[in-house]
Amino acid sequence: MKEKKISFQAFICISILLIFVIILENISMIFPSLPQIFAPTSPLFTVLKKAAVYSLVAVSMNLLNGFTGLFSLGQAGFMLLGAYTYAILTVPSAMKEQVYYLFGGCAFEFSLLDMFEGIFGSAGFGGAVSMILACLIAIILAGCVAGLFAYFIGIPVLRLKSDYLAIATLGFAEILRAIFQWQKLGKVTNGANMIKGFPTFSSFNITDASGNTVLRLSTFVPFLISALCILIIVLLIHSSYGRAFKAIRDDEVAAEAMGVSLFKHKMLSFVISSFFAGVGGALFAMYVANAQAKAFTSVMTYEILLIVVIGGIGSVSGSVIATFLYVACSEWWLRFLDSEQYVGAIKIPLLRNGFRMVVFSVVIMVIVLFFSQGIMGNREISIGALFKKRTPRAERKQ
Amino acid sequence: MSEEVLKIADLQVSYGGIEAVRGISFDVKAGEIVTLIGANGAGKSSTLRTISGLVKPASGKVIFDGEDITGKDPTAIVSKGLMMVPEGRRIFPNLTVLENLKIGAYLRKDDLESDIERVYGYFPRLRERSWQEGGTLSGGEQQMLAVGRALMGRPKLLMMDEPSLGLAPIVVQDIFEIIRQIHAAGTTVLLIEQNANMALHVADRAYVIENGKIAMEGTGSELLSDEKVRAAYLGTTAN
Ligand SMILES: Nc1ncnc2c1ncn2[C@@H]1O[C@H](COP(=O)(O)OP(=O)(O)OP(=O)(O)O)[C@@H](O)[C@H]1O
Ligand SMILES: [Mg+2]
Repeated sequence: MKEKKISFQAFICISILLIFVIILENISMIFPSLPQIFAPTSPLFTVLKKAAVYSLVAVSMNLLNGFTGLFSLGQAGFMLLGAYTYAILTVPSAMKEQVYYLFGGCAFEFSLLDMFEGIFGSAGFGGAVSMILACLIAIILAGCVAGLFAYFIGIPVLRLKSDYLAIATLGFAEILRAIFQWQKLGKVTNGANMIKGFPTFSSFNITDASGNTVLRLSTFVPFLISALCILIIVLLIHSSYGRAFKAIRDDEVAAEAMGVSLFKHKMLSFVISSFFAGVGGALFAMYVANAQAKAFTSVMTYEILLIVVIGGIGSVSGSVIATFLYVACSEWWLRFLDSEQYVGAIKIPLLRNGFRMVVFSVVIMVIVLFFSQGIMGNREISIGALFKKRTPRAERKQ
Repeated sequence: MSEEVLKIADLQVSYGGIEAVRGISFDVKAGEIVTLIGANGAGKSSTLRTISGLVKPASGKVIFDGEDITGKDPTAIVSKGLMMVPEGRRIFPNLTVLENLKIGAYLRKDDLESDIERVYGYFPRLRERSWQEGGTLSGGEQQMLAVGRALMGRPKLLMMDEPSLGLAPIVVQDIFEIIRQIHAAGTTVLLIEQNANMALHVADRAYVIENGKIAMEGTGSELLSDEKVRAAYLGTTAN
């Protein structure tokens, strides 16, 4: 009964958040005199989109690191798989010639987008349906490909001690990045060049016949998909599987003695985490409007790991909050540190290109050293302070 | 009282080159409390871990409920109704008391309410603390939780590895009282103890393990009055 009440409240909160995002995105169209920050080109929306994507990846990493006690460093690799799967499946065949011009076209003619446009038409409402279906299926397949690879890595590695997983996944991600840049595979991966021309977040903006935007949805879409995926992860964590994951994290031997199959549950957690990293990769490709192997470096994995640590290992809400703060800092709030600034006629010392990263590193070091629990520790934000206060007492009474 | 729940035949366990258990045979009959006593490093815990599938034996047989379970994995063994309270409690520190109990019944798909009530009946303190994290319980409470967690699996045979370890004498008595109650309610118990005095008093039968072998066996009262046992494990000599 308690569980149901919480899921209902979570559902309401997510709906409110999504509606708020739509309003925020479109408010500058209704009131053109609003400050620059509400304009579609403002960094606010870049941050929101990127953070929506990253928060899913961070939560998926937390599922593995924070809730199952397995340490994987393959996030970027699984994102890469997701990004390429999504891109290859959705680039319209008409575009392929042009995208793969260095390799004389793509070996893979099929496009989900073309397929659905063949059924529902490519214009107006039918076009929208085709695009939504194509994107949705491509995103799910992106997750599946990542999950499948995780499964094959897991078979040998998850039987060993946990430390090996970090090494194996890190190596896997690096090898994958090299393979995807290999010219011999150019007809599929476009070599070291980027794949573009597939539907992005902006493709979801609704336009009228003359091409003017009537309703912007380009921030709403990543929020929607991320929120749904995070919700699924949270439900998993609260299920009996999630309890078994946490038991394994706390004490492997005791969990095994209680009949929890270590291999099966570690595999489950690893595959699901990688699935959502793959989905995150597809979303990332939509965000940057291209898929390119060299974007998915181990630096990206460390960035996400850092977010998880800052947010609190074992806290989903912590990961989400930390993502938004981290992305806002790196993409927006600390930008001013990178350009020379003057107070009156005096130039502020130290401010020059690259200084932002110095400050950023120091801030992160301070957080990791002095607040090793992260923002949230392993607690969660519960919805409504009132609710939070009432729960323990009510439970104790029964 | 004659049906054998557990039968161990010539069990050998080694870690790398070290032989920890060197050919142990014993049995536990339905409705009994059987205890294994022995010095540190005698191989008691190794025997239990092997029975529950956490360690694979070098040779020998483990028959549970008429079925050969030698070398099976712990999941299969637990699902047959053999639960263990591991040495050193090993409760899950970041899970709440209630979650700890539910993990004990992880392989069961039926309703847990009545079992949770039963465990809270044995250990009322756990009910008061059902939302507390396991790691914040006192040592005694953690031991209660470890026993409760194993009971959640509705074991036919409950194996306990030193349930009195590190507990104050008064709490030890409580734990032994609970063991009696659990036994009276129909659960067969295999008990490992350092506290030989208490163990021999509750046990129907007992085995003394020395250097990985059975050195002596008999009923609880027989061993209690045995000279050698008194000298070696009870710290008293006859007079
Ligand atoms: N994982 C292991 N690797 C190597 N040796 C081990 C391992 N586990 C136990 N041993 C060794 O096996 C022997 C028996 O250990 P065991 O834990 O079974 O003793 P015990 O009878 O339970 O002792 P105690 O009463 O101190 O708990 C010891 O010499 C111990 O060092
Ligand atoms: Mg022992």
